[in-house]
Amino acid sequence: MSLNSMRTPTGTVRGLGSAKSGTDHHIRQRVTAIALVFLVPWFLYAVITATKAGYEGGAAFVAQPLNAILFILTFGAAFFHMRLGMQVVIEDYIAKSGTKQALLILNTFACIALFAATALSVMKIWISTGA
Amino acid sequence: MAGSGWTDPRPMSPHLQIWKWHATMAASIMHRMTGIALYFGSFLIGAWILALAAGEEAFSVVESIVTSPFGQIVLFLWCVAVLFHFANGIRHLIWDGPKAGFTPGVASAVSIFNFVFAVVGAALVYMVAVYFS
Repeated sequence: MSLNSMRTPTGTVRGLGSAKSGTDHHIRQRVTAIALVFLVPWFLYAVITATKAGYEGGAAFVAQPLNAILFILTFGAAFFHMRLGMQVVIEDYIAKSGTKQALLILNTFACIALFAATALSVMKIWISTGA
Repeated sequence: MAGSGWTDPRPMSPHLQIWKWHATMAASIMHRMTGIALYFGSFLIGAWILALAAGEEAFSVVESIVTSPFGQIVLFLWCVAVLFHFANGIRHLIWDGPKAGFTPGVASAVSIFNFVFAVVGAALVYMVAVYFS
């Protein structure tokens, strides 16, 4: 069976192939993954250290400039990465057009809202506690 | 496909239940499952940092949930999911970058390693977290 016969009639007529935005998605997913390879081990250490230190100690840990920066970088990379991942999951499993569009928008809103809230929290702790 | 009304001549992908279970298949499915779990887990992490910023009162509520048996189980499973997605994600990067690890033997061995790494690693992280402060 030749490759040409495997194309849908619409695809043959249009000759367009994909929407040509997949490469961008693929690269962003990998670049955020590379960042997370370094950030996630630190984040595990940070969560353990901060939670074991109680309220005062936890806030003091987050308020250290390097820790505050790494928290925000981890949140940025992780929430960007998970938005891309959830986008693929929605596109794979939700066939109904309106529902799919709504969930894709909700996914974007949720991830950006989560980043705004967590980044602001880190900055608030840094400003109110930090040196 | 006689009589089913299926006219598309293109080959169909077999359904999931047709396949014999392989380590590589389990790892692939688990990668997506842990990814979805971590998506929702990140909102719990977000709740923790928000409570820390909100003040001592809000933080004590979150702390009591985290230190409860239920919270500890969720935290342990979160750690397993992080480590699995982490290890299997590195494998994805090795597939994409150096393009290594595709042979069936290696792929199966790495899949099994990732499962073991996630569970044993989470147990080790937990022990370190509990016994060293």
